[in-house]
Amino acid sequence: MFRLRVTFDGEVVLDVEPVFGYLHRGTEKLAEERTYVQVVTLTDRLDYVSAMTNNLAYVRAVEKLAGIEVPERAKYLRVISSELQRIASHLIATGFLLQELGAFATPLMYCFRERERILELFEMLCGARITVSYMRPGGVLQDAPEDFWPALDELVKAMPQYIEELEGLITSNEIVLARTKDVGVLTAEKAINASVTGPMLRATGVQWDLRKADPHEVYDRVEFDVPIGAIGDTYDRYLVRVQEMRQSLRIIEQCVKQIPKGDIRSRTAYFIRPPVGDAYGAVESPKGELGFYLVSDGGIAPYRCKIRSPSFINLTVLRDLLAGWKMADLIIIFGSTDIVLGEVDR
Amino acid sequence: MAKALAGTDVARRINETFSGVALESNKTDVWVAPDDLHRAAKFLHDDKELDCAMLLAITAVDYVERFELVYHLRSMRKNHTVVIKTRLSGREEPAISSVTDIWQGADLQEREVWDLMGIRFEGHPNMKRVLLWEGFPGHPLRRDFVR
Repeated sequence: MFRLRVTFDGEVVLDVEPVFGYLHRGTEKLAEERTYVQVVTLTDRLDYVSAMTNNLAYVRAVEKLAGIEVPERAKYLRVISSELQRIASHLIATGFLLQELGAFATPLMYCFRERERILELFEMLCGARITVSYMRPGGVLQDAPEDFWPALDELVKAMPQYIEELEGLITSNEIVLARTKDVGVLTAEKAINASVTGPMLRATGVQWDLRKADPHEVYDRVEFDVPIGAIGDTYDRYLVRVQEMRQSLRIIEQCVKQIPKGDIRSRTAYFIRPPVGDAYGAVESPKGELGFYLVSDGGIAPYRCKIRSPSFINLTVLRDLLAGWKMADLIIIFGSTDIVLGEVDR
Repeated sequence: MAKALAGTDVARRINETFSGVALESNKTDVWVAPDDLHRAAKFLHDDKELDCAMLLAITAVDYVERFELVYHLRSMRKNHTVVIKTRLSGREEPAISSVTDIWQGADLQEREVWDLMGIRFEGHPNMKRVLLWEGFPGHPLRRDFVR
């Protein structure tokens, strides 16, 4: 799905040219022919390991455009599911990084095993595991069933120990350190100038997280830290992701305590017709800032639906990251950028 | 909480330095002429108060009688966003100057706009299609595209 045309001098990378678009389905064009609610299903298929945050970014843009209020309980459910998704997505990123380091299959399966538990929770929430379509403009699809809460509690209790285990395998592993420390360094100035967001930006030492900078839903009512890296190398990018998983668990714990009873969806028209105008809504997805820019002409379908996908824009720095490194480093540095092709190609 | 700077304020600041560059403004957006876009973008990037260090997104919207380019900018130090827009006329192959020399982040995004909307960016180091293949007929995100 992704091709990297690389020019080598012996073993050293001189130049890279990413070739992509193999998964281009024209999501932005398709959205122009669907109603505002139907587009939710298209967003699942962007970053397909992180459908919840895609949903959230899109419905936030619609709510901003149409001025729809969201009930409190729905906000908490959104945050809980998004943070679960963040853990699942970071598990995949970490698992595949190890895979690319040559730790073939086994560590990846450890990550997939834990991700599976999260997907089971999603199945309880909405019946789907990957393409969830859980959120709607104005709330969420349905309330969590009774047995969701004990299952969530169990996961939140078990997860820290699992993350410990995972870290025990990687964080001070001599091979991992030798191959990732000081490899593929990205500076903060470069990252900001090239519109890099998410863990890639935070690894360079910039404390920027939309959940803090522009708190949406209930992120301003929970306590959490924004982990940052020291120098922006491959190791920092890994470390930021692992620490973010812990913070996500902290957020979920607090949300479970705070969640009120009540409606989960405000009443909206069957066909949402936002007033003529435009709106940009964004969230901090596991990959970075995922934004939707919607233009309405007053009709039942978006006139224009632009997706600002973090994976795509983070690829801008690929050449700067890879040039000058050896062939063996190339695959690890590339793996640490954590791109998802569904989102790159849209 | 991030603040969206009022378009009227931003327009006033631009016009203080380059008089007449900001054509129109409202509560959220500023419009500039396509020829002035690069100048305005450079000013927004360099100015200490506005400090738009990050280019969030470049969007092209096809309104049939014109194209509109929307630049979402962000200052992380001041935690605010700025939206500037420009209108392009002509459907054949409208062109505008690239902002890749100001923000590297424009690189892939401008190529995407060229690929899907058919707006050429002059001064871009590598103005090629990015998602579709070279030789693809037309630009699919245009409203009048028929396959």
